[in-house]
Amino acid sequence: MARRPEPRDTPAGDTPTGGHLAENVLQFVRVLRAAGLRVGPGDMLDAVRAVEAVGPASREDFKAALAAVLVTRRQDVALFDEAFHIFWKDPDILGRLMGLLLPRLRTPGEDDGGSQRLRDALGATPPEADPPVPAETQRVSVDLDWSAQERLGTLDFDKMSAEEFRRAQRLIDVLRLPALRVPARRRRPDPRGRHVDLRASMRASLRGGGDIIPLCRTAPEPRPPTVVALCDISGSMDRYARVFLRLMHGLANREPHFHGFVFGTRLTNITRPLRDRDPDMALAAAAAAMPDWAGGTRIGACLTEFNRLWSRRVLGQGALVLLLTDGLDRAEADGLDRAMERLHKSCRRLIWLNPLLRWDGFQPKAAGVRAILPHVDDFRPVHSLDSLAQLVRVLSDHAAGHSPRRLEAARAWREALAG
Amino acid sequence: MTTAAMPAVPPPDSVDTVLDLLSTHDYIADRALATCVFLALRLGRPLFLEGEAGVGKTEIAKVLARALGRPLERLQCYEGLDLASAAYDWNHARQMVEIRLAEAAGEADRSRLGRDLYSEAFLIRRPLLRAVEGIDGRAPVLLVDELDRADEPFEAFLLEVLSDFTITIPELGVRGGGTPPIVVVTSNRTREIHDALKRRCLYHWVDYPDAARERAILHARAPGVGKRLGAQVVAFVQGLRERDLFKLPGVAETLDWANALMQLDVVELDPAVIDDTLGVLLKYQDDIMRLRGSEAAQILTQVKAELAHGAPS
Repeated sequence: MARRPEPRDTPAGDTPTGGHLAENVLQFVRVLRAAGLRVGPGDMLDAVRAVEAVGPASREDFKAALAAVLVTRRQDVALFDEAFHIFWKDPDILGRLMGLLLPRLRTPGEDDGGSQRLRDALGATPPEADPPVPAETQRVSVDLDWSAQERLGTLDFDKMSAEEFRRAQRLIDVLRLPALRVPARRRRPDPRGRHVDLRASMRASLRGGGDIIPLCRTAPEPRPPTVVALCDISGSMDRYARVFLRLMHGLANREPHFHGFVFGTRLTNITRPLRDRDPDMALAAAAAAMPDWAGGTRIGACLTEFNRLWSRRVLGQGALVLLLTDGLDRAEADGLDRAMERLHKSCRRLIWLNPLLRWDGFQPKAAGVRAILPHVDDFRPVHSLDSLAQLVRVLSDHAAGHSPRRLEAARAWREALAG
Repeated sequence: MTTAAMPAVPPPDSVDTVLDLLSTHDYIADRALATCVFLALRLGRPLFLEGEAGVGKTEIAKVLARALGRPLERLQCYEGLDLASAAYDWNHARQMVEIRLAEAAGEADRSRLGRDLYSEAFLIRRPLLRAVEGIDGRAPVLLVDELDRADEPFEAFLLEVLSDFTITIPELGVRGGGTPPIVVVTSNRTREIHDALKRRCLYHWVDYPDAARERAILHARAPGVGKRLGAQVVAFVQGLRERDLFKLPGVAETLDWANALMQLDVVELDPAVIDDTLGVLLKYQDDIMRLRGSEAAQILTQVKAELAHGAPS
């Protein structure tokens, strides 16, 4: 809290031209920027001008004026409201408010909600941190230097400290996802295409008077694929599922045809909550929809349910399916083999993401693992940031229908298992 | 009887009239669907029908065309369906010949040539354009079948057609706008249709019929099937729909099965016949394997017990 000059007064008690108001507005804008809103120096000037134009008489007007200038994306509205509420209050109750605010936005079992970001931005550790601390020690930096990032990259999610895990999750948010494309039937103009577009050719020829008919060509235009993610949220998968949910959020916002499901003891469709642009809001909404977080697993039953209720609705157009599970099933893999076979036959590519693969000597002993293995096109470890980054790279290969070399390895392993 | 010879029937004025009209053409609808059809006709809104395969979505359009004495215009959707095959195209071969002829005749008026090349004579009408313009001055029933198979760009184009019932051809101007066609859009829900398109339509989920209605459908569509066999067939299929199979049999399968049994001169169901003909009802190997033998026999015993007690479910 030491970095932030306290708002000297509520806006209503200040004169429009008073130095405190402008100063506080600037400070407020800085807080917003640190919290992730896209505001630049130009916006600061606009904000001050807007506030001066509206006048500080009414708190509602004051807030609307700031919002009009500073909020440009739908997903930022909630964050702005929260920040405004906290910042333009009497500083003494700031701490108490924080305390009240935090539990509301937590994802299950972890202190990581929307206001965590805001708390970082306000530079405040929870309420009792009121005594002045030197500015340097209070700084919270989301950027990591290279060596720290490198170490974090290879570290197992399960072995990370709470702080490291939080940083890792932020890094997933900025993970670059490739543009996934699959071949399609629709065509677009392309001078090097193989098909002649007679309609465009005729039109072009008339433009030149009709003497010469230049050939206009078209080529197939690839379309984004359907991506379906199925995430195991049982107790043994807790941390990996948390990470994967963030990746699912990224996919949900990038891919127009994304469907996300989670399963533990039952299957839940979380596509809609995941579509929220803000990762924290999206995950909080998704968490609210999951009744069985960190419980048991019934993989077979859940996949059977998926096949019956959803597969025809979401796998229709050559889907790429990502299945995140460790294959450890409470119900002794009951019906899992049949469900996996059906799932595999209904989609274009089925990729199994298994955190247990991080151990080189991993042997497919569990009944669930043995049931899943014969029916996947590829399997990959997802236990660290590096393995996630790798996964993101092979996704585009899979979407385009290419076979990464790993596929061969999977087949060899499968044959060894059968022999 | 050709469609042209059919007299146009005035639109029905109540839900009951719709029910009667449909049933005289062998379509036994439930009241909700009849209400939806009635409103679609009254409000001039497209009808959006979603449901599993084989529950009679496409059939309703055909029956409507027959019942109202309108021509039927059908557009089967597929991925990559574009304007040229859905709405209109130009006859490029003729256009090129026309250019050569003009050159041979030594005509120099280029702008007139341009106008002539894009005139009615070179226009090839596809289903959507025919539907909005009308066929022989009559507004047809337009069936846009299995829209979920088309891709999203086509859906976006359909928005204009479904809200204004017009198609804009840049060279000729706006076509259509007279009496709007009756539009029926169907989808098997292999993907979700965009909300913007659904908003313009009246939505109805076509469900599997209950036993009484399915018996009526069977009676109307396969009159040769004996009453006893018919009741058994329907009760058996209804029993199947209570199991969690991968693909439940639709009404179309019920009719197929009844006809198949009739061809085999079966007068009463028995386990052996069911095992031999399961392929007509179920189209997935998993389902057939599961049902064949004891489970099918079990359903049959149950069905016969229920029918014997005179309490058809």
